Amino acid sequence: MTNGNYILRQVARYGLIYAIVTLFAVFAALPFFQMLVIAFKSDADFNNPRENIPFWFNEAPTNEHLTYLLEETQYLTFIWNSLLIGVFVVGITLVFATPAAYSLARLTGRQGERLGILIFLVYLIPPTLLFIPMSRVVSFLELQNSKWALVVIYPTFTIPFCTWLLFGFMKTIPKDIEEQAMVDGYSRFGAMLRVVLPLALPGLLTVVVFSFMLTLHEYIYALAFTTTSSEKPISVGVTTELVRGDVFFWQSLMAAAVFVALPIAVIYNLFLNRFVSGLTMGAVKG
Amino acid sequence: MPAVLYIVLLVGVPFALSIAYSFSDVTIGDQSIDFVGLETYERVVDNPVFQTSLVNNFRFTLFSQVLVTTLSIILALALAQDFPGKWFFRFLILLPWVTPIALGTVGWLYMLDTIYSPFDYVLRELGFLANVEGKGGFVRGLTDSLQSLGLVESDTALKLNCQVRGEREVCFFNMQWLGQDQTALGSVIAVHVWRMLPLSTVIVLAGLTSIPKDIRDAVAVDGVGHLRAFFEVTLPLIAPITGIATLFGLIYTFTDVTVIAVLTKGNPANETQVLPYWAYLKGIQGTNLAEGAAIALFMFPFLLVIAVLVLRFISRREVT
Repeated sequence: MTNGNYILRQVARYGLIYAIVTLFAVFAALPFFQMLVIAFKSDADFNNPRENIPFWFNEAPTNEHLTYLLEETQYLTFIWNSLLIGVFVVGITLVFATPAAYSLARLTGRQGERLGILIFLVYLIPPTLLFIPMSRVVSFLELQNSKWALVVIYPTFTIPFCTWLLFGFMKTIPKDIEEQAMVDGYSRFGAMLRVVLPLALPGLLTVVVFSFMLTLHEYIYALAFTTTSSEKPISVGVTTELVRGDVFFWQSLMAAAVFVALPIAVIYNLFLNRFVSGLTMGAVKG
Repeated sequence: MPAVLYIVLLVGVPFALSIAYSFSDVTIGDQSIDFVGLETYERVVDNPVFQTSLVNNFRFTLFSQVLVTTLSIILALALAQDFPGKWFFRFLILLPWVTPIALGTVGWLYMLDTIYSPFDYVLRELGFLANVEGKGGFVRGLTDSLQSLGLVESDTALKLNCQVRGEREVCFFNMQWLGQDQTALGSVIAVHVWRMLPLSTVIVLAGLTSIPKDIRDAVAVDGVGHLRAFFEVTLPLIAPITGIATLFGLIYTFTDVTVIAVLTKGNPANETQVLPYWAYLKGIQGTNLAEGAAIALFMFPFLLVIAVLVLRFISRREVT
């Protein structure tokens, strides 16, 4: 009797859990599923929304829209621009954030943490507040309508966030190790380079991934500061060049969005817990 | 420290510049800053679009964050359990946060399209939308009766699309999700919820898993009912971390420009306009930097409040 009750309750419990997660998973993933399906739909199939099921193929799938995307549009240029911007921003971020995080972590007492929090708060100043005066900075640097403007601007939010992440990381590296290295005849800089950095490697890898992700997610600066299609990164390129007035190239548009979105999603997913523990100031270990 | 210098140069200077701009009459054509006092602010506030945008900013943010916070607690409680296939569900649920928001919104653009919307297809199949002859359908009936009562002005709820197919002309009806005020506002809120729910859920989930095991064991031993245990033990324990998730949600949603820029561009007739996108239209596209800066600065007081709350949260943590 009790045993039967137990089984029944377990079934009810799992039933409820699966019901909840399925509902939310469908809500979350439906747009991506639709994009994947639409991307391979043939014109005849797609243009009959009255009678054809939009959720699946009523006629054989085709890759002509993907070919169109790759051959007739500047899709690959957008991807190239995004990669280029990403790589340079990651570089700049590492060069500035690593020594900053290191010195914060070695400041005595609460001082380091206070400064660290201040730097983190800068990350919270949104680009939407700054992009208008930033246009002055961009024209001062003579980088109007250039992807290099984004290379200069993006570190303003990647450095604060990554400094904070690295700061948390470097604090966990015991001081004794580098003091030992300094006793052995290394300078402080040498000790940092040869002892601390190798130990902080996982943290540095996280920083590389995040600064890259943050540049891919950014939208308003790119929208405001790149106007010719040869300079646009992927988010802006897809949403402004492939959406032309009221004439949508739906299948190509969907393909363009989903084939960049999914690989990014997979990589980001792997590192998400570190992002969360950064956001919550290490209050929880994600 | 060079990092601090970089940040000050590229954040502090623009911020000061932005305040200077808002009190002047700068345009992209005429970059000299001539101070005009509060004139720019007056011009901005007098514009009826300003009010809609300001109200919308709060409307989108508050509605979506109430939903996000509630739903994320439910979802996090489910994900805190162990069950087969969990990683797969987790991956799907996180998708909206880990993909670039502009690209995700493109998917919604299709799903809410005037002609192709799959939601319309489902409604039509279920008989809620009018059929080919324009007869029947719950939504159709509803708008008709609202119209006869004078509550809806025109027949905008349903648009007749006709296509010549072979020898006959086929017509069908659509909701026009992004074409009507109410459904457009609802759609924007839905996309914000979709976007922010994953982040909030992982943060709450992290809070849940950090509850010490002995507390959970003690509760189990005491034989308290599930609901009571949740409201009296779990909820107070995850309240602080849920609070910080909500604060981040408030910042991200309040200052977001991407959803509006991709989904509605503020349409119909500026009904879904928000401050940051309006600032972009005025300041960059309309080349009136002064007005753009002034509009954007209206978001600042709100952000300041949030920042203070974040700081208080941190300092409280330092005491304990």
